[in-house]
Amino acid sequence: MSTPVREAPVRKEPVRAAAALGRAGGLLILAGALVAAMAASLAIGAENIPLGRVVDGLLHPDGSREALIVQDLRVPRTLLGVVVGASLGLAGALMQALTRNPLAEPGLLGVNGGAAFAVVLVIAFLDTRTSLVYVWAAFAGAAGAAVLVYAVGSYGRAGATPGRLVLAGAALNAVFSALTAGVMLLDPRTFDGFRFWQVGSLASRDLEVVAQLGPFMLAGAVLGLLLARPLNALALGEDAGRALGVSPARTRALGALAIVVLCGSATAAAGPIWFLGLAVPFMVRSLVGPDQRWVLPYSLLLAPVLLLAADIAGRVVARPGELETGIVTAFVGAPVFIWMVRRGKAPKQ
Amino acid sequence: MSRVVRAGALSVRWEPRAAAVGVGLLAVGLAAAVFVVGTGDFPISAPEVVRALVGQGDQATTFIVTELRLPRAAVGLLAGLALGISGAIFQSMSRNPLGSPDLIGFTTGASTGALLQILVFGGGTLAIAAGSVAGAVGTAAAVYALSYRGGGVSGHRLVLIGVGAAAMLEAANSYLITRAELREAYEAAFWLTGSLNNRGWEHAAPLGWALAVLVPLALAYGRRLTMGELGDDAAQALGVPVQRSRAVLVAVGVGLTAVSATAVGPVPFVALVAPQLARRLTRRTGPHLMSAGLMGAALLSVGDLISLKLPVAVPVGVVTGALGGLYLVWLLAATGRKGTT
Amino acid sequence: MNRLVARDLTLAYEQRVVAEGLGVEVPDGSFTVIVGPNGCGKSTLLRALARLLKPREGAVFLDGEPILGQPAKQVARRVGLLPQQPVTPDGITVADLVARGRYPYQRLLRQWSREDERAVAAAMEAVGVTELADRVVDELSGGQRQRVWLALVLAQETPIMLLDEPTTFLDIAHQIEVLDLCSRLHEEGRTLVAVLHDLNHACRYATHLIAMRGGEIVAQGRPSDIVTAELVERVFGLPCRIIDCPETGTPLVVPADRRKALTAGML
Repeated sequence: MSTPVREAPVRKEPVRAAAALGRAGGLLILAGALVAAMAASLAIGAENIPLGRVVDGLLHPDGSREALIVQDLRVPRTLLGVVVGASLGLAGALMQALTRNPLAEPGLLGVNGGAAFAVVLVIAFLDTRTSLVYVWAAFAGAAGAAVLVYAVGSYGRAGATPGRLVLAGAALNAVFSALTAGVMLLDPRTFDGFRFWQVGSLASRDLEVVAQLGPFMLAGAVLGLLLARPLNALALGEDAGRALGVSPARTRALGALAIVVLCGSATAAAGPIWFLGLAVPFMVRSLVGPDQRWVLPYSLLLAPVLLLAADIAGRVVARPGELETGIVTAFVGAPVFIWMVRRGKAPKQ
Repeated sequence: MSRVVRAGALSVRWEPRAAAVGVGLLAVGLAAAVFVVGTGDFPISAPEVVRALVGQGDQATTFIVTELRLPRAAVGLLAGLALGISGAIFQSMSRNPLGSPDLIGFTTGASTGALLQILVFGGGTLAIAAGSVAGAVGTAAAVYALSYRGGGVSGHRLVLIGVGAAAMLEAANSYLITRAELREAYEAAFWLTGSLNNRGWEHAAPLGWALAVLVPLALAYGRRLTMGELGDDAAQALGVPVQRSRAVLVAVGVGLTAVSATAVGPVPFVALVAPQLARRLTRRTGPHLMSAGLMGAALLSVGDLISLKLPVAVPVGVVTGALGGLYLVWLLAATGRKGTT
Repeated sequence: MNRLVARDLTLAYEQRVVAEGLGVEVPDGSFTVIVGPNGCGKSTLLRALARLLKPREGAVFLDGEPILGQPAKQVARRVGLLPQQPVTPDGITVADLVARGRYPYQRLLRQWSREDERAVAAAMEAVGVTELADRVVDELSGGQRQRVWLALVLAQETPIMLLDEPTTFLDIAHQIEVLDLCSRLHEEGRTLVAVLHDLNHACRYATHLIAMRGGEIVAQGRPSDIVTAELVERVFGLPCRIIDCPETGTPLVVPADRRKALTAGML
């Protein structure tokens, strides 16, 4: 009776190992793509700079115009793109795993609205021009909003059902935007400062932002990646997860913490970037399947590639000006979202 | 409990409680409107307003009341009515208390259309109105078409696709705002928040005519909407042409959203909150369009009055947004406690 | 000719064809039960009979006319349906829900006739939910809720009733209760068509059994005439014995004990 059962996995083992090798190879390819995207981001812009000169400018800062462009503008921008993209991709994957909802996305869950409200308050009531104050305000606002949305959406016996979370996020986003509008319209100066923040962009941020928020993102990423195994168990349902020895409450709390840190700091650094966190995990799952041990690192690497690509596209299509990254991602991401709903990827409420 | 009036083969059903609630809401809305009319640089007491309205006031007061301030109050009441009814239609159709037109992109689309007129083409009042109607209708058509699959549209899918469309249009709106001159952009932002400032009869009259067509149509389809809440299969088995009714109701609901957005801008939350509050007051099941509409009128009127009485001048949209937010949190918490969606 | 007839149906969801060239007649006055393994197209067939699914080819005829060409309300006065997963509006009372079954008879200025009142009262009486009239449906037990929905279909006063898996999610006692009720409705002169999962229930209650597999009708007729061990093996792939039910005398399917065979083979 036991013979055929024992035989099956033995035969499968080489297959599995090959698949794992393939996936690991995929990760290497993605890492290569990320390097290529970074190089392109350094070279392409209002003024194209050949890669050789980029390297020269980095290694031997000779004070030439091109070296300055690379050093002061493109390097911060590219690094920002990498950390923001990685954070949003991983946060999106975590959010979707945690809510078992392929439609969950940091932007849909109120993070952008909360950050915007905090920033408009700072612009209106604190007389400051330091970008770091904006960054920390946005971080606090985003974190506060995410906690609020999760609390409202998961309150009570029904728990954090996918539909409730998405709709709680959409609704609270609308609340924040009303409050934001109220403050923003107090005087034209506030309005003028705010209207440029509200489109997410990688441009004109300095390295200090990356340096300050980087540690948070790193901590969030490590925490998130460590959750892969418990999330795999929870994917079978809460009861099954508990039976496999995972504490759903602890996993959810740690996951929520990682998400808040990751997307809070990403939004703080770049402003609202829509849909990256939604589309990337979806694409990744269609590549590597539902195993979170692969989904999470793939999302971590794929998202910055796409964000940098969107940023470069925004620089190229509207030359000599540029299109903000946040707008490019919304216009590419929303159709993906709609297509997913049409394909029936949306869970029933 | 409902009462029935019969005459021969004809019979009409009415519910005393719902009727009482309706009358009460109408009274609240009208009273708020009277105070709105009385508020301004030149305050007029409520009795004087009423006297002017019935043609007994002095000439100056009558002019201020009927020509300058009454249109604002009328636009508030009518737009509120339209928002309440359209909210009830979409919530019933999506079987979701959050499926209101301001969350599923239609209102955002109206904003995009209006912004294009204000910022890009520099159109006047009429062009802005046309732009916002076109924006709302275009968005709705796109969302409806995208939700259409396998011979029909599911309410659930309509809401989710609407949420996606809303996000995309939101980005477009931000883009337009950042590219415009500060003065124009500031003006556009006021419009985007929903405001009743400077409304004249040229706003109120077209709104009134549009509602004269759309509201009876909505009420006539109200019973089909009620049947739709039993699920598509049961409704169809009971003789409701589900898909055709849904198409008509979407059209009417979008029309109501579009004309109200044209008149007051995308005022948030009235469409979302009015049907829910009306339902709790009347203790009825079903979409009860009329009570939702009257609740919407009362809410927008009262919201306008509050925005006028606040120490800082804020558009009415900020007031309704803030109040609606508190209500929403409560609603989600309450449904959560019950364990339903 | 029978009142409800389907001819040459090709039934499909999107790209997936479920059945081709399917023909079926529902004998007037019968309690017809459709059985078959999961995915055999039995619910799809019922949906087509209820005009919820438009056939890609062929047509369903009601009283000799294509059902899709007839005014919706007029069809709804002759054919009623209990859906598989009915949606109960939040907070609705039993009386209000049952009253919605009168929709096909109502008009803008004929909202609630004495006839409506009588039909609703009779329907609630027939399924025994009169005492529950003012209760909220959400708060009832599964069996009670199913009876209330049956009352809605009854209030529709149709000579033909279609029931899509009316016993799913009910415990055994409530299953029998609902089926006994259906059987009584049939004896009062209605034509019933039901999709059932449980073959033994089907044999016990049906006067006409339709067995489907892979979108085709394998056999139809009186259960005692057609249900054999070969048929069950062919339709469900289940080796079994058929005995007479000690209670009703109808066929009773007893699955073969394959564990014995397995153990024997292993030794």
